[in-house]
Amino acid sequence: MSTIRGWFKLNLGDFHLDAEFEAPGRGVTSLFGPSGSGKTTLLRCIAGLERASNSYLEVNGELWQDDLRSLFLPTHLRPIGYVFQEPGLFPHLTVRENLEYGFKRTPIDRRRIMPEQTIDWLGLASLLHRHPPSLSGGERQRVAIGRALLTSPRLLLMDEPLAALDAASKMEIFPYLEKLHVEMPMPVLYVTHSMDEVARLADHMLAIEGGRIVAAGPLSETLTRLDWPLARGDEAGTVVDAVVAGHDNQYHLTYLDFSGGRLAVPQRVTSTGATVRVRLLAREVILSIEPPLEAGIPNIFITNVVEILDISPAMTIVRLDAGGAPLLARVLRKTVAELGLQRGMWVSAQIKSVELMS
Amino acid sequence: MLIATLFEPPMWLTLRLAATTTLVLLLIGTPIAWWLSRTSAWFKAPIEALVALPLVLPPTVLGFYLLVALGSRGPIGAALRALGQEPLAFSFSGLVIGSVIYSLPFVVQPLQSAFESVGRRPLEVAATLGASPLDRFFTVAVPLARRAFLAAATLGFAHTMGEFGVVLMIGGNIPGKTQVLSIAIYDHVEMMQYAQAHTLAAGLLVFSFIVLLLVYGFNRRLQALHP
Repeated sequence: MSTIRGWFKLNLGDFHLDAEFEAPGRGVTSLFGPSGSGKTTLLRCIAGLERASNSYLEVNGELWQDDLRSLFLPTHLRPIGYVFQEPGLFPHLTVRENLEYGFKRTPIDRRRIMPEQTIDWLGLASLLHRHPPSLSGGERQRVAIGRALLTSPRLLLMDEPLAALDAASKMEIFPYLEKLHVEMPMPVLYVTHSMDEVARLADHMLAIEGGRIVAAGPLSETLTRLDWPLARGDEAGTVVDAVVAGHDNQYHLTYLDFSGGRLAVPQRVTSTGATVRVRLLAREVILSIEPPLEAGIPNIFITNVVEILDISPAMTIVRLDAGGAPLLARVLRKTVAELGLQRGMWVSAQIKSVELMS
Repeated sequence: MLIATLFEPPMWLTLRLAATTTLVLLLIGTPIAWWLSRTSAWFKAPIEALVALPLVLPPTVLGFYLLVALGSRGPIGAALRALGQEPLAFSFSGLVIGSVIYSLPFVVQPLQSAFESVGRRPLEVAATLGASPLDRFFTVAVPLARRAFLAAATLGFAHTMGEFGVVLMIGGNIPGKTQVLSIAIYDHVEMMQYAQAHTLAAGLLVFSFIVLLLVYGFNRRLQALHP
């Protein structure tokens, strides 16, 4: 039963949380929504920091909360790691003491993640004797991540860990977050309102709005379901995990292959065979009913129209199937009429620019 | 001469009273301050007002009611007598009770505002790291409020040292038993014994100054260590 399942009902003045969800018990699930949608509140409920009544939570087969049975595990007994938006380091303790605060309180037989390995992994060795007020924002957040990991959590909760950082510090933290779900065994619930972070980090997504879960599922599916709100926004698009196929040194390009075909992006120092994540924005896709001049041209794909939905009097979103990979195109409603687009038609889709995420 | 004052009964008694009172104040003032800083119960305001009462009441009013309550005919005094205990009025324990009540706001208020400024977040962080409520109180709240503890103890101690009205009312003026320094000085002045009054008064002055000097010096070091 590798799953995180629960429901929470909570009234906070004008705001009502009424969220029922299920997420896989591994990998990174992003809890995505606009400010005030209740994503932080939901995360706090999962941590037991907010006492929701009539609620239920089960993490990989362990029951943490079931109000029907009057079961409520208080926060300090839940095997979680929690990274807050602001690092929240204890100013009276050194970096090492901060890191070991949770580790010391973790039962010995449950310790899987060790201090030296974590210090090494996050590059904290030179900071150990310093006090938090003397650290930079990025350093503090690295310590906070290490401190949370050192409780060997069975569920890692991250509440917008990058939101309070400047651009440079964000770039400092990103590589660690990207490595996190590859190298760490526990599931991660990652709260964010940034589609960019979702696209880079998440495998799975729970979208929340007005205290309710409005979309849930594997990332590419959630992003492209037209009956869910994400496909209708300005940032609509898909995420594709592609394999580096080779480099073109003359034009400084890197070729990436995925099930729909071949992508070309500005050259990156990446070894052939590596998997990288790219984001294909719906507004960057141009549709045409003319077949491409020749097969195999990068960034042009033969696709099948799956679904067409008008999202405004002027704009239409089209869901395409590119060799099994879903693709979204946002075009003028007029274009749809002129091309006579219909479900089941074959069209060629050209992607103007591809965003390489990792 | 100043050293000698330290061993005079009133000085010794006063120090003993101030030290005991400060200890008791920290033991009962800390939970009160903690509770006040966390609660949103409707009776928070009445409790806060009650704790602050000694700030506005003349000490004699407080002393008078304590005397009535603790004396052998008062409710508490009578109950104690029924149990075969000595009445508390005119005893060292009576002095401690009076001093604790009189100095309570001086300990509770700085601690309460320090706990409030610590906020919930550090304690929530500690909870997510596996610290139980008592554990996070002692390893997070107390260290973060340590300067307020120093201030509270200093204020409680100093305030008790200089107390007059309450101890006069409930302690009487029994030399060697309840005659504290401020009352002894008053007695000497009444009897025109200015030399003896000087000895005690100057001793108190110098002693208080040295204590405060040490406290502020220590406070500066705390600040320098952990800004």
